[in-house]
Amino acid sequence: MSVQEIESTLPAGSYYFSGNEAATEGAIAAGCRYYGGYPITPSSEIMERIAVRLKEVGGVFIQMEDEIASICSVIGAVWAGAKAMTATAGPGFSLMQEAIGYAAFTETPLVIVDVQRAGPGTGQATRVGSGDHMQAKWGSHGDYQVITLSPWSVQEMYDQAIEAFNLAEQYRVPVFVMSEEAVGHLRERMDVKPRLKIVNRLKKKGAPPFGTPEDDGVPPMPAFGEGERLLVTGSTHNDVGIRKTDDGKAHEKLVVRINNKILKHRESIIQNEAHSLDDAEVVVVSYGFTARSALFAVQALRKDGKRVGLLRLKTIWPFAEELVRDLGRKAKRILVPEMNRGQIAGEIQKYAGCDVVSYCQTDGEIIHPHTIVEEVRSLL
Amino acid sequence: MARDLEAYLRSDVKSTPFCPGCGHGILMNAILRAIDELKLPMDKMLFVSGIGCAAWIPSPNFNADTLHTLHGRALAFATGAKMFNPELKVVVISGDGDLTSIGGNHLIHAARRDMDMTVICANNMIYGMTGGQVASTTPLGASTATSVEGNIYRPFDLCKLVQAAGASYVARYSVTQVVSLKEAIKKAMSTKGFTFVEVLSPCPTQFGRRNQYDSPTDMLKTLMESCIPVEEVERLSGEALKDKIVTGEFIHG
Repeated sequence: MSVQEIESTLPAGSYYFSGNEAATEGAIAAGCRYYGGYPITPSSEIMERIAVRLKEVGGVFIQMEDEIASICSVIGAVWAGAKAMTATAGPGFSLMQEAIGYAAFTETPLVIVDVQRAGPGTGQATRVGSGDHMQAKWGSHGDYQVITLSPWSVQEMYDQAIEAFNLAEQYRVPVFVMSEEAVGHLRERMDVKPRLKIVNRLKKKGAPPFGTPEDDGVPPMPAFGEGERLLVTGSTHNDVGIRKTDDGKAHEKLVVRINNKILKHRESIIQNEAHSLDDAEVVVVSYGFTARSALFAVQALRKDGKRVGLLRLKTIWPFAEELVRDLGRKAKRILVPEMNRGQIAGEIQKYAGCDVVSYCQTDGEIIHPHTIVEEVRSLL
Repeated sequence: MARDLEAYLRSDVKSTPFCPGCGHGILMNAILRAIDELKLPMDKMLFVSGIGCAAWIPSPNFNADTLHTLHGRALAFATGAKMFNPELKVVVISGDGDLTSIGGNHLIHAARRDMDMTVICANNMIYGMTGGQVASTTPLGASTATSVEGNIYRPFDLCKLVQAAGASYVARYSVTQVVSLKEAIKKAMSTKGFTFVEVLSPCPTQFGRRNQYDSPTDMLKTLMESCIPVEEVERLSGEALKDKIVTGEFIHG
């Protein structure tokens, strides 16, 4: 990869954006120049804004016939040299799963912003939910890794959209910004810095595009039309791209590497934020919009002299297992409030080794700060 | 494959994966001859295919950029690549099941957008790779692994379908009509917009053995006799057209 410092596309300063607008601007700033999409609530504002913005910056926009076509066109554009993305919500994210597996297996860097709504099924299209995290991790068949981020503010919709592109380029992997309706439609102040760092995919003429000597490496990535005569296939392939569907060793090697290149670099990928953790007996582990309520609750309880802390996960996958293990050794109890039926609580139970309490709310509403205060009080 | 076309093939590919008697080898030859005669630079060509036997015509054989995609989605991938880099000469080569059944929606929308690319649909009227199941192109009454007593549904007329959706060039030929086929591919590749060539390619392994064809040559012979030029259609009565396959150019500049 190569890191480049560039001037921001938006003039530096403060903006009053919705989360969906901020994610769009983050993508443009990071160098996104292709978007293929399909309308779906509550993500459509991203597509509407990027259709205009891509025209302004010389990029390409197309509204495809469905979400499958959207993600497939994104993969095609990336191999033609683009930084590309799409945005969607639950039902569309479900439709994209097969192609997500294809992207992971062909090591195609791309970004999806999933503005989560209340599922399953068509569910509550205009209401908030956070039920797509396990699908993000396990949605396509076979063993692969992706990276997912979880923004809690409009500012982070902007910042994480940039981060998503940078991670995608660095690791040649699909990266998802797992936002929620509440942050997608929230309007608040955000700041744009004059300069930002962006990552561009590594190019190395003649080098194999699908293999490295290391079992956790990221190969360079050429584009169509560069004379490399590329062989891209979603079937098992060797390091130059020749299909090897009967070769067990080739399959093992490739599957291990596309997993290791993420899992072995967990430490540099994972980001989180600690609030009052040092002496905390009860720790709230939270992410996304819910973490706003969790922080309010922790601060209120601290004023009351309660030994309560917050760990906010900014990265969901790969999972912060070492961190949670460490937390479990210090805290008596962990509370995990979620707008789903305990998807991440289960993950924390796997590693924490202490009492983990899951608070689930799936009524299409955000979790109120006072609800978390009450839940924590019952655990003290 | 003839020696004079070797430059268009990857040097490390020694043989094609097709069954004896399959028409896809003839089609492969026709495509490369068309490219050779048009003097198209392989460095600027992108061949996109889906899943199935015909998807293996370009991948990995053709010595150019090849994108072997998901089942049915070749046109969606191709659309993204072409939209981002219009300098790429994009040719989609795939089968009937891939392009017109699971990928049917992408086919009509790519035609509606008049996306600047050539689509070559190798139609063997059956799902060959998966063991010979009925397709959206299987003739009425034909026996397959999933229509043993005969297909009860009418097949798509693929040329009419893409024509109605707005394609800029539409032709149908059989692999038994090699010169016309090559010329049609050349015309498709030189016409701007969405161009479509349906190619009837026999599958003796899956279709032939279930439908009383004694040999691949028998199947080729029957195919040859079934094809009638579009120019002759008006002169023939309904009965004479029964079981005939109309070949020729349906939309051309």
